[in-house]
Amino acid sequence: MVNRPIVGAHYGLKDWIAQRGTAVYMALYTLIFAVCTLALPEFSYSAWSGLFSNGLFKFLSFLFFLSVFYHAWIGVRDIWMDYVKPTGVRLALHLVTLFLLVGYAGWAAQILWRL
Amino acid sequence: MSKRSVSFKIYRYDPDRDEKPYMQDITVELEASDKKLLDALVRLRAKDDSMSFRRSCREGVCGSDAMNINGKNGLACLTDIDSLAQPITLRPLPGLPVIRDLIVDMTQFFKQYHSIKPYLVNNDPAPERERLQSPEEREELNGLYECILCACCSTSCPSFWWNPDKFVGPAGLLAAYRFLADTRDQDTNARLDNLEDPYRLFRCHSIMNCVDVCPKSLNPTKAIGKIKDMMVRRAV
Repeated sequence: MVNRPIVGAHYGLKDWIAQRGTAVYMALYTLIFAVCTLALPEFSYSAWSGLFSNGLFKFLSFLFFLSVFYHAWIGVRDIWMDYVKPTGVRLALHLVTLFLLVGYAGWAAQILWRL
Repeated sequence: MSKRSVSFKIYRYDPDRDEKPYMQDITVELEASDKKLLDALVRLRAKDDSMSFRRSCREGVCGSDAMNINGKNGLACLTDIDSLAQPITLRPLPGLPVIRDLIVDMTQFFKQYHSIKPYLVNNDPAPERERLQSPEEREELNGLYECILCACCSTSCPSFWWNPDKFVGPAGLLAAYRFLADTRDQDTNARLDNLEDPYRLFRCHSIMNCVDVCPKSLNPTKAIGKIKDMMVRRAV
Protein backbone atom coordinates (compact mmCIF):
# COMPACT_ATOMS: atom_id res chain seq x y z
CA MET A 1 0.00 0.00 0.00
CA VAL A 2 1.29 3.45 -0.82
CA ASN A 3 2.07 5.20 2.43
CA ARG A 4 0.11 8.39 2.08
CA PRO A 5 -1.33 10.39 4.97
CA ILE A 6 -4.94 9.62 5.75
CA VAL A 7 -6.82 12.11 7.90
CA GLY A 8 -10.46 13.02 8.49
CA ALA A 9 -11.57 10.90 11.44
CA HIS A 10 -14.45 13.27 12.23
CA TYR A 11 -14.16 13.03 15.98
CA GLY A 12 -12.23 14.84 18.63
CA LEU A 13 -14.58 17.53 19.85
CA LYS A 14 -16.28 15.26 22.41
CA ASP A 15 -12.93 14.20 23.84
CA TRP A 16 -11.77 17.79 23.98
CA ILE A 17 -14.90 18.82 25.90
CA ALA A 18 -14.70 15.73 28.12
CA GLN A 19 -11.09 16.52 29.02
CA ARG A 20 -12.14 19.97 30.19
CA GLY A 21 -15.32 18.76 31.89
CA THR A 22 -13.51 16.05 33.85
CA ALA A 23 -10.80 18.56 34.83
CA VAL A 24 -13.41 20.92 36.26
CA TYR A 25 -15.08 18.09 38.17
CA MET A 26 -11.74 16.89 39.57
CA ALA A 27 -10.96 20.42 40.78
CA LEU A 28 -14.40 20.68 42.44
CA TYR A 29 -14.08 17.24 44.04
CA THR A 30 -10.63 18.13 45.40
CA LEU A 31 -12.20 21.11 47.16
CA ILE A 32 -15.10 19.03 48.51
CA PHE A 33 -12.69 16.32 49.61
CA ALA A 34 -10.39 18.82 51.35
CA VAL A 35 -13.29 20.47 53.19
CA CYS A 36 -14.86 17.15 54.26
CA THR A 37 -11.52 15.71 55.40
CA LEU A 38 -10.52 18.80 57.36
CA ALA A 39 -13.97 18.89 58.96
CA LEU A 40 -13.59 15.35 60.33
CA PRO A 41 -13.90 15.28 64.13
CA GLU A 42 -10.70 13.29 64.38
CA PHE A 43 -8.13 11.83 62.00
CA SER A 44 -8.80 8.16 62.60
CA TYR A 45 -9.78 5.19 60.51
CA SER A 46 -13.33 5.13 61.86
CA ALA A 47 -13.88 8.82 61.04
CA TRP A 48 -12.37 8.25 57.61
CA SER A 49 -14.50 5.20 56.81
CA GLY A 50 -17.51 7.03 58.27
CA LEU A 51 -17.01 9.76 55.68
CA PHE A 52 -16.94 7.16 52.90
CA SER A 53 -19.96 5.26 54.23
CA ASN A 54 -22.09 8.21 53.16
CA GLY A 55 -23.77 7.21 49.89
CA LEU A 56 -23.47 10.63 48.29
CA PHE A 57 -19.77 10.87 49.13
CA LYS A 58 -19.22 7.38 47.70
CA PHE A 59 -20.99 8.46 44.52
CA LEU A 60 -18.98 11.70 44.23
CA SER A 61 -15.73 9.81 44.86
CA PHE A 62 -16.54 7.19 42.25
CA LEU A 63 -17.39 9.95 39.80
CA PHE A 64 -14.01 11.49 40.61
CA PHE A 65 -12.23 8.24 39.79
CA LEU A 66 -14.16 7.89 36.54
CA SER A 67 -13.12 11.47 35.69
CA VAL A 68 -9.48 10.68 36.42
CA PHE A 69 -9.60 7.61 34.21
CA TYR A 70 -11.43 9.30 31.33
CA HIS A 71 -9.09 12.29 31.56
CA ALA A 72 -6.11 9.92 31.63
CA TRP A 73 -7.46 8.02 28.62
CA ILE A 74 -7.52 11.17 26.50
CA GLY A 75 -4.14 12.37 27.76
CA VAL A 76 -2.33 9.06 27.38
CA ARG A 77 -3.90 8.49 23.96
CA ASP A 78 -2.58 11.93 22.95
CA ILE A 79 0.92 10.82 23.93
CA TRP A 80 0.63 7.65 21.86
CA MET A 81 -0.71 9.70 18.93
CA ASP A 82 2.20 12.14 19.15
CA TYR A 83 5.10 9.77 19.62
CA VAL A 84 4.19 6.30 18.38
CA LYS A 85 4.20 6.18 14.59
CA PRO A 86 3.51 2.53 13.61
CA THR A 87 -0.27 2.15 13.57
CA GLY A 88 -0.24 -1.43 14.87
CA VAL A 89 1.88 -0.55 17.89
CA ARG A 90 -0.29 2.51 18.54
CA LEU A 91 -3.49 0.46 18.40
CA ALA A 92 -1.98 -2.11 20.78
CA LEU A 93 -0.97 0.64 23.21
CA HIS A 94 -4.46 2.18 22.98
CA LEU A 95 -5.99 -1.17 23.89
CA VAL A 96 -3.59 -1.79 26.79
CA THR A 97 -4.35 1.70 28.14
CA LEU A 98 -8.08 1.19 27.74
CA PHE A 99 -8.08 -2.22 29.45
CA LEU A 100 -5.94 -0.92 32.31
CA LEU A 101 -8.18 2.09 32.90
CA VAL A 102 -11.39 0.03 32.79
CA GLY A 103 -9.76 -2.39 35.23
CA TYR A 104 -8.78 0.48 37.52
CA ALA A 105 -12.36 1.78 37.43
CA GLY A 106 -13.66 -1.59 38.58
CA TRP A 107 -10.99 -1.76 41.24
CA ALA A 108 -11.86 1.75 42.47
CA ALA A 109 -15.53 0.75 42.77
CA GLN A 110 -14.58 -2.36 44.72
CA ILE A 111 -12.43 -0.35 47.15
CA LEU A 112 -15.02 2.39 47.61
CA TRP A 113 -17.91 0.03 48.32
CA ARG A 114 -15.78 -2.01 50.69
CA LEU A 115 -15.16 0.95 52.99
CA MET B 1 28.43 54.74 14.80
CA SER B 2 31.59 53.33 13.28
CA LYS B 3 32.17 49.88 11.90
CA ARG B 4 31.58 46.98 14.24
CA SER B 5 32.09 43.28 13.94
CA VAL B 6 29.49 40.68 14.78
CA SER B 7 30.19 37.00 15.33
CA PHE B 8 27.95 34.23 14.03
CA LYS B 9 27.52 30.51 14.44
CA ILE B 10 25.70 29.34 11.35
CA TYR B 11 24.21 25.99 10.40
CA ARG B 12 25.79 24.88 7.16
CA TYR B 13 24.74 21.95 5.04
CA ASP B 14 25.16 21.38 1.35
CA PRO B 15 23.92 17.87 0.59
CA ASP B 16 26.08 17.74 -2.55
CA ARG B 17 29.29 18.39 -0.63
CA ASP B 18 28.78 17.73 3.07
CA GLU B 19 28.23 14.36 4.64
CA LYS B 20 26.39 15.95 7.53
CA PRO B 21 25.50 19.43 8.76
CA TYR B 22 27.99 21.45 10.80
CA MET B 23 28.07 24.81 12.59
CA GLN B 24 30.38 27.43 11.07
CA ASP B 25 31.92 30.22 13.14
CA ILE B 26 32.20 33.41 11.14
CA THR B 27 32.65 37.10 11.90
CA VAL B 28 31.50 39.95 9.72
CA GLU B 29 32.23 43.67 9.66
CA LEU B 30 29.10 45.81 9.62
CA GLU B 31 28.59 49.35 8.41
CA ALA B 32 26.83 51.90 10.61
CA SER B 33 23.73 51.64 8.43
CA ASP B 34 23.36 47.88 9.05
CA LYS B 35 20.56 47.57 11.57
CA LYS B 36 18.81 44.30 10.91
CA LEU B 37 20.01 40.72 10.93
CA LEU B 38 19.29 40.49 7.20
CA ASP B 39 21.78 43.32 6.54
CA ALA B 40 24.44 41.26 8.27
CA LEU B 41 23.48 38.14 6.32
CA VAL B 42 23.81 40.03 3.05
CA ARG B 43 27.32 41.13 4.11
CA LEU B 44 28.07 37.56 5.12
CA ARG B 45 27.09 36.27 1.73
CA ALA B 46 29.34 38.86 0.09
CA LYS B 47 32.14 37.32 2.11
CA ASP B 48 31.17 33.68 1.50
CA ASP B 49 28.90 33.26 -1.51
CA SER B 50 28.26 29.59 -0.79
CA MET B 51 26.09 30.59 2.19
CA SER B 52 22.42 30.19 1.28
CA PHE B 53 19.28 31.75 2.67
CA ARG B 54 15.99 33.02 1.26
CA ARG B 55 15.11 36.69 1.22
CA SER B 56 13.04 38.98 -0.88
CA CYS B 57 11.22 42.09 0.34
CA ARG B 58 13.52 42.87 3.31
CA GLU B 59 10.65 44.48 5.22
CA GLY B 60 8.61 41.72 6.85
CA VAL B 61 6.01 41.35 4.12
CA CYS B 62 7.11 38.36 2.05
CA GLY B 63 8.02 35.98 4.87
CA SER B 64 11.00 34.48 3.02
CA ASP B 65 13.76 34.97 5.55
CA ALA B 66 12.27 33.08 8.48
CA MET B 67 14.93 31.23 10.45
CA ASN B 68 15.81 30.10 13.92
CA ILE B 69 17.69 32.99 15.52
CA ASN B 70 19.40 32.27 18.84
CA GLY B 71 16.92 29.45 19.41
CA LYS B 72 13.78 31.39 18.51
CA ASN B 73 12.07 31.54 15.12
CA GLY B 74 11.84 34.97 13.54
CA LEU B 75 12.35 37.02 10.40
CA ALA B 76 15.92 38.16 9.80
CA CYS B 77 14.68 41.40 8.24
CA LEU B 78 12.70 42.42 11.33
CA THR B 79 15.27 41.41 13.96
CA ASP B 80 17.59 44.12 15.30
CA ILE B 81 21.18 42.91 15.34
CA ASP B 82 21.92 44.80 18.53
CA SER B 83 19.14 42.97 20.38
CA LEU B 84 20.89 39.61 19.84
CA ALA B 85 23.45 37.94 22.09
CA GLN B 86 26.66 36.97 20.27
CA PRO B 87 27.70 34.71 18.74
CA ILE B 88 24.37 34.88 16.91
CA THR B 89 23.33 31.28 16.29
CA LEU B 90 21.39 30.79 13.08
CA ARG B 91 19.69 27.54 12.16
CA PRO B 92 17.05 26.65 9.56
CA LEU B 93 13.43 26.52 10.74
CA PRO B 94 13.12 23.41 12.91
CA GLY B 95 11.18 20.36 11.82
CA LEU B 96 11.28 20.87 8.04
CA PRO B 97 13.71 19.10 5.68
CA VAL B 98 16.79 21.22 4.94
CA ILE B 99 17.50 21.89 1.27
CA ARG B 100 20.71 23.79 1.90
CA ASP B 101 22.08 25.88 4.79
CA LEU B 102 19.19 28.04 6.07
CA ILE B 103 16.79 27.05 3.28
CA VAL B 104 14.09 24.54 4.19
CA ASP B 105 11.61 22.59 2.11
CA MET B 106 8.22 24.16 2.86
CA THR B 107 6.15 21.63 0.85
CA GLN B 108 4.55 20.05 3.92
CA PHE B 109 3.71 23.46 5.37
CA PHE B 110 1.95 24.60 2.20
CA LYS B 111 0.21 21.24 1.80
CA GLN B 112 -1.45 21.84 5.16
CA TYR B 113 -2.27 25.41 4.19
CA HIS B 114 -3.94 24.24 0.97
CA SER B 115 -5.86 21.54 2.83
CA ILE B 116 -8.04 24.14 4.58
CA LYS B 117 -9.20 25.65 1.27
CA PRO B 118 -7.69 29.11 1.74
CA TYR B 119 -10.17 30.88 -0.51
CA LEU B 120 -13.70 32.20 -0.29
CA VAL B 121 -16.41 29.68 -1.18
CA ASN B 122 -19.60 31.40 -2.26
CA ASN B 123 -22.00 29.80 -4.71
CA ASP B 124 -24.26 32.83 -5.18
CA PRO B 125 -23.89 34.55 -8.53
CA ALA B 126 -21.28 37.27 -8.23
CA PRO B 127 -22.88 40.69 -7.67
CA GLU B 128 -22.24 43.49 -10.10
CA ARG B 129 -19.72 45.27 -7.88
CA GLU B 130 -18.63 43.43 -4.74
CA ARG B 131 -19.84 41.26 -1.86
CA LEU B 132 -20.42 43.77 0.91
CA GLN B 133 -19.69 43.39 4.61
CA SER B 134 -20.64 45.65 7.49
CA PRO B 135 -17.74 47.32 9.32
CA GLU B 136 -18.34 44.92 12.26
CA GLU B 137 -18.21 41.89 9.98
CA ARG B 138 -14.99 43.18 8.42
CA GLU B 139 -13.57 43.83 11.89
CA GLU B 140 -13.72 40.06 12.55
CA LEU B 141 -11.02 39.47 9.96
CA ASN B 142 -8.46 41.70 11.65
CA GLY B 143 -5.63 39.71 13.14
CA LEU B 144 -6.35 36.86 10.73
CA TYR B 145 -5.71 38.06 7.19
CA GLU B 146 -2.30 39.62 7.96
CA CYS B 147 -0.50 36.25 8.05
CA ILE B 148 2.44 36.19 5.62
CA LEU B 149 2.96 32.40 5.76
CA CYS B 150 6.56 32.64 6.94
CA ALA B 151 6.10 29.36 8.88
CA CYS B 152 7.74 30.72 12.06
CA CYS B 153 4.70 29.56 14.09
CA SER B 154 4.14 26.10 12.65
CA THR B 155 7.83 25.22 12.88
CA SER B 156 7.96 26.25 16.54
CA CYS B 157 5.02 23.99 17.37
CA PRO B 158 5.92 20.56 18.82
CA SER B 159 2.61 19.12 17.61
CA PHE B 160 3.59 20.14 14.08
CA TRP B 161 7.08 18.64 14.54
CA TRP B 162 5.60 15.26 15.52
CA ASN B 163 2.75 15.17 12.98
CA PRO B 164 3.47 17.60 10.11
CA ASP B 165 1.55 15.33 7.73
CA LYS B 166 -1.59 15.25 9.89
CA PHE B 167 -1.74 18.36 12.08
CA VAL B 168 -2.70 21.49 10.13
CA GLY B 169 -0.47 23.66 12.30
CA PRO B 170 -1.01 27.17 13.67
CA ALA B 171 -0.55 29.00 10.34
CA GLY B 172 -3.05 26.76 8.54
CA LEU B 173 -5.56 26.95 11.39
CA LEU B 174 -5.30 30.74 11.56
CA ALA B 175 -6.08 30.81 7.84
CA ALA B 176 -8.91 28.31 8.39
CA TYR B 177 -10.49 30.61 10.95
CA ARG B 178 -9.99 33.58 8.64
CA PHE B 179 -12.49 31.92 6.25
CA LEU B 180 -14.74 30.57 9.01
CA ALA B 181 -15.05 34.11 10.34
CA ASP B 182 -15.84 35.57 6.93
CA THR B 183 -19.55 36.35 6.54
CA ARG B 184 -19.23 36.06 2.75
CA ASP B 185 -18.13 32.43 2.95
CA GLN B 186 -20.79 29.73 2.60
CA ASP B 187 -18.71 26.66 3.35
CA THR B 188 -18.69 26.87 7.17
CA ASN B 189 -20.07 23.39 7.82
CA ALA B 190 -17.72 21.66 5.43
CA ARG B 191 -14.80 23.64 6.82
CA LEU B 192 -15.66 22.56 10.37
CA ASP B 193 -16.15 18.95 9.22
CA ASN B 194 -12.73 19.09 7.59
CA LEU B 195 -11.12 20.14 10.87
CA GLU B 196 -13.03 17.90 13.26
CA ASP B 197 -10.27 15.38 13.62
CA PRO B 198 -8.07 14.37 16.55
CA TYR B 199 -5.00 15.17 14.46
CA ARG B 200 -5.94 18.05 12.17
CA LEU B 201 -7.20 20.41 14.87
CA PHE B 202 -7.03 18.75 18.25
CA ARG B 203 -3.24 18.20 18.28
CA CYS B 204 -3.14 21.83 19.45
CA HIS B 205 -2.68 21.86 23.21
CA SER B 206 -2.56 25.67 23.45
CA ILE B 207 1.08 25.96 24.49
CA MET B 208 1.23 29.23 22.53
CA ASN B 209 4.72 28.86 21.01
CA CYS B 210 3.08 30.21 17.85
CA VAL B 211 1.98 33.41 19.56
CA ASP B 212 5.43 33.81 21.09
CA VAL B 213 7.24 33.79 17.73
CA CYS B 214 4.80 35.38 15.26
CA PRO B 215 6.68 38.29 13.64
CA LYS B 216 3.37 39.93 12.77
CA SER B 217 2.12 39.66 16.38
CA LEU B 218 -0.84 37.50 15.39
CA ASN B 219 -2.50 35.03 17.73
CA PRO B 220 -3.13 31.60 16.16
CA THR B 221 -3.98 30.09 19.56
CA LYS B 222 -6.90 32.51 19.90
CA ALA B 223 -8.10 31.65 16.39
CA ILE B 224 -7.86 27.93 17.18
CA GLY B 225 -9.88 28.57 20.34
CA LYS B 226 -12.53 30.25 18.23
CA ILE B 227 -12.67 27.29 15.84
CA LYS B 228 -13.25 25.00 18.84
CA ASP B 229 -15.87 27.47 20.04
CA MET B 230 -17.69 27.22 16.71
CA MET B 231 -17.58 23.42 16.89
CA VAL B 232 -19.02 23.47 20.40
CA ARG B 233 -21.77 25.86 19.29
CA ARG B 234 -22.54 23.58 16.38
CA ALA B 235 -22.62 20.38 18.42
CA VAL B 236 -24.03 21.32 21.81
